[in-house]
Amino acid sequence: MRESDIQISRVDWSVVLIYFALVIFGWFNIYAAVYDSQAPQSMFDMSINSGQQLVRIGISVILIILIMVADYRFFENLSLFIFLFFVALLVVTPFIGKEVNGQVLSIGFGSFRIQPGEFAKFATALALAKIMERPTFDLTKTKNQLIAFGVLFIPILLILLQPDTGTAMVFFAFLLMFYREGLPQWYFVLGFGIVALALLALGIENNLYLVGGIVLIVAILSLLGRKSLKKTLVFSLIGLGLIAFTYSLDYVVSKLPPHQQNRIMVLFNPNIDPLGVGWNVTQSKIAIGSGGLFGKGYLEGTQTKFDFVPEQHTDFIFCTLGEEFGWMGSLIVIGLFTALLYRLVIMAERQKTRFSRIYGYGVVSILLFHFMINIAMTIGLFPVVGIPLPFFSYGGSSLWSFTVLLFIFVKLDSSRVAQLGRLS
Amino acid sequence: MNDQRPVIILIFIFLVSLVLLVRLFSIQVLDDSFLKKAERNAIQRIVDHPYRGLVYDRNGELLVYNNPIFDLMVVPKELKIQDTLQFCKLFEISKEDLTTALTAARKYSSVKPSPLIKQISTTDFARIQNFLVDYPGLFILTRSVRSYPNSTAAHALGYIGEINAGQLERDTTKYYTQGDYVGLSGLERYYENDLRGKKGVKYKMVNVRGVDKGPFKDGEYDTASVAGKNITSTLDMELQRYGEMLMQGKKGSVVAIEPKTGEILAMISAPFYDPNELTGADFGKNYLKLNRDPEKPLFNRPIMATYPPGSIFKIVQSLIGLQDGILVPETTFSCNRSLVACHNHPSPVNLFGAIRNSCNPYYHQAFRQIINREVVSNTFKDTEIGLNDWREKVMRFGLGSNLGVDVPNEKSGQIPSGNYYNKIYGEGRWKYSTIYSLSIGQGEMLVTPLQMANLAAIFANKGYYYIPHLIKAVDGDPTLIPGKYQIKREVGVDARHFDLIQDAMAEAIYGTAARAAMKDITLAGKTGTAQNPHGEDHSVFIAFAPKEDPKIAIAVYVENAGWGGRAAASTASLMIEKYLKGEVTRQALQDYVMAGNFIY
Repeated sequence: MRESDIQISRVDWSVVLIYFALVIFGWFNIYAAVYDSQAPQSMFDMSINSGQQLVRIGISVILIILIMVADYRFFENLSLFIFLFFVALLVVTPFIGKEVNGQVLSIGFGSFRIQPGEFAKFATALALAKIMERPTFDLTKTKNQLIAFGVLFIPILLILLQPDTGTAMVFFAFLLMFYREGLPQWYFVLGFGIVALALLALGIENNLYLVGGIVLIVAILSLLGRKSLKKTLVFSLIGLGLIAFTYSLDYVVSKLPPHQQNRIMVLFNPNIDPLGVGWNVTQSKIAIGSGGLFGKGYLEGTQTKFDFVPEQHTDFIFCTLGEEFGWMGSLIVIGLFTALLYRLVIMAERQKTRFSRIYGYGVVSILLFHFMINIAMTIGLFPVVGIPLPFFSYGGSSLWSFTVLLFIFVKLDSSRVAQLGRLS
Repeated sequence: MNDQRPVIILIFIFLVSLVLLVRLFSIQVLDDSFLKKAERNAIQRIVDHPYRGLVYDRNGELLVYNNPIFDLMVVPKELKIQDTLQFCKLFEISKEDLTTALTAARKYSSVKPSPLIKQISTTDFARIQNFLVDYPGLFILTRSVRSYPNSTAAHALGYIGEINAGQLERDTTKYYTQGDYVGLSGLERYYENDLRGKKGVKYKMVNVRGVDKGPFKDGEYDTASVAGKNITSTLDMELQRYGEMLMQGKKGSVVAIEPKTGEILAMISAPFYDPNELTGADFGKNYLKLNRDPEKPLFNRPIMATYPPGSIFKIVQSLIGLQDGILVPETTFSCNRSLVACHNHPSPVNLFGAIRNSCNPYYHQAFRQIINREVVSNTFKDTEIGLNDWREKVMRFGLGSNLGVDVPNEKSGQIPSGNYYNKIYGEGRWKYSTIYSLSIGQGEMLVTPLQMANLAAIFANKGYYYIPHLIKAVDGDPTLIPGKYQIKREVGVDARHFDLIQDAMAEAIYGTAARAAMKDITLAGKTGTAQNPHGEDHSVFIAFAPKEDPKIAIAVYVENAGWGGRAAASTASLMIEKYLKGEVTRQALQDYVMAGNFIY
């Protein structure tokens, strides 16, 4: 017991405090989202979402305790097994899962259901940490890059089969982890370049402007390359590739399912179909925008309460917050997330083992991606993708998976001295 | 090599947060358009229409009230009809109508109410009420329409109707909205601001499907409607009804005024219509019918029809002459028919005789003296100066301009000025011989029946009047009526000059309107005949009574009924008797008037 006493004292309580602050604030907002002033129900009423969320919070606390009392070696040693277990669940999900709106996301029995896609996030983080842990694992080498991306693409492909584009996209967050572990910068330069080009190609009607721009850049780079024939050739090939990409994009987008096409187009012009696809974004912005500096007051929101915003207790929970607590509420929540992410980076950097550090960055990657994309989509900065706001959104699987994700790292962090001992 | 990467990651995290916060600040704090959109989304403004004020007559009899009507409303989503046949039987609606109404309702909204059957009568309402419980999704919406229990005084009371685009545009107070009902004519229009009350407003919250979610902020911003003020009219409903009975089947006007106050006791425009026709669902249909009627029942004759005043104007000439000192009671002229035609009577006559006999040549000569006073040697110029001078004096009798009665669209009539003739004949190209018709109230002179009744009141009052009006009190308070009706207006002729006039008018009854004479009431009156180039002359008569202490002054016009001493004088006499005694004892005279054969 002496060892666990030491571990408790080393727990990073600031992270734990922020976690509970977010969970409880989220719980209040879930109640606000379903609150009906004409038939007020208790926050603890099991027939409404806030009551059910309280049970899930309770289960989360049990999960936290289980993680904290477990041996820290458990996660590292079993990481690949955990990964394979959830991969197996993902494989069987389409066969035994329940179909809702054409998607098969959850498995389980009765009212107890989980979404393997949510849990695959921390499982993948563990697996990647385990694989990349070896001191000889160098991400500048093509072989290692292939291994890392190979592991990453297993859950991505399986989740795309469900199909759940939003969740699959989340796994690209691990690029941040790869970046920290030495993936060459030009991957990101190229990546951002392609994304930027894609956005421009979709946003600008006439592709000729883009082609002109690409040609110009290639010409400038060739001149800067001091007339090296080889460099000029390489730049020209890349330029041709980009032009081909630009033109093929319109074709690809036109082959996408209409709802995904619309989600992309709405980003450029929410007014193209205000009652259809644009509805979510338009109403979400109205709800948040009407909050003002201090909000309308708790339970006083009209847009979220009267169902103007769809999915308001899950993916659009930020609307309730923005409407009822205003910009100050947004500031508090964004401040809490920023503090949490900052703290996690600091903690990751102080880890004594590569496994713990890599896993820590996995946590940062997932949380940052969710936080950034979820809020950005509610205020019209990003297409609507169905991913929850960590700790805030209603739903068991997402809360539990984020809890487990975070607290495995808290546990690893609290055992860092013991890990050091083991290493020496 | 990777040392700076954690720092770059941290910077990236802060940048993301900063971008989100800035964007949130711009839509939450800087841009208030979202707040307005949110309110449009979720807050419904429901206008609470006030109860329109009632109208009473001078004796407290109800003239206008609000009659509740019932619309059967349906919320399509909640309505379940098992047996359509039975439903149609119960609610007395054809299957086709039911289908049409339901389709329209569903098209509008499945959760918001739409009318299923409009304007159910009170009896049908009582019957239907029993079945309503069996049909969820049906309810009764109560509205009110104006109702006129006496079916009289349509022109004076006016009507209300939906506000039109032009009125909406002119409404600078922005009080009205599309679909509001406003007074469109008569008292309803003139006292619109008193009668309408004040609209209340309720803010209620609705969800995305339009379902009621209760009051906004517990009704903090709601305002209650304020009921309109009740007004008391000066009309005497008994007299008004009696007058309409007498004027049945005729064309013309009757205006009776209480001389001492200017209160209009009766104002009849014939042909008339039942004011109840212009209420409720049939407004449009009936309005079209009335508007197309060649008899022009919507035309408000007492204030809109203009006629030459005829012989009655001789009294005004006499008074101006007396006041100016040009005439004295002893002034005598011969009845020189070479000047202007006249009828048989002794000649020469003094002023009293001239009024009594309505002598045309007398006034031809008297008026020349009034006009041509040789102020300047140029006779043309002199005439113009004299005419303008005279016109000013005539206009003080309330002629030639709007009196300002509280019924809209009053006509001013016409008293010609020097400029008027200058425009026709050219300056310096007309003189007394051009305008002498004015001396006997003919020519380019026009007055309304209301102005004539007011003239009778002036004669009764010996030189003053109050603007004739239909309002006696607002919310029971007589001081709340417009100030202009409380001001005594002098006509600029001394009271002593009226004695002779009144005596002559009382005498004249026996000469020109013997039918109108009463044994127990001294009547003072004057006949007139308004020349009508299109057919029989119009019969005109003004009078007041009792001569000693006048309680009623009256002007009667009966179109195409010939000589004033028959139709008009008889009608006026009956009206006076009815008002002063409360009943009519001369059944034969009443039968004579109602038979309406005045030309023989």
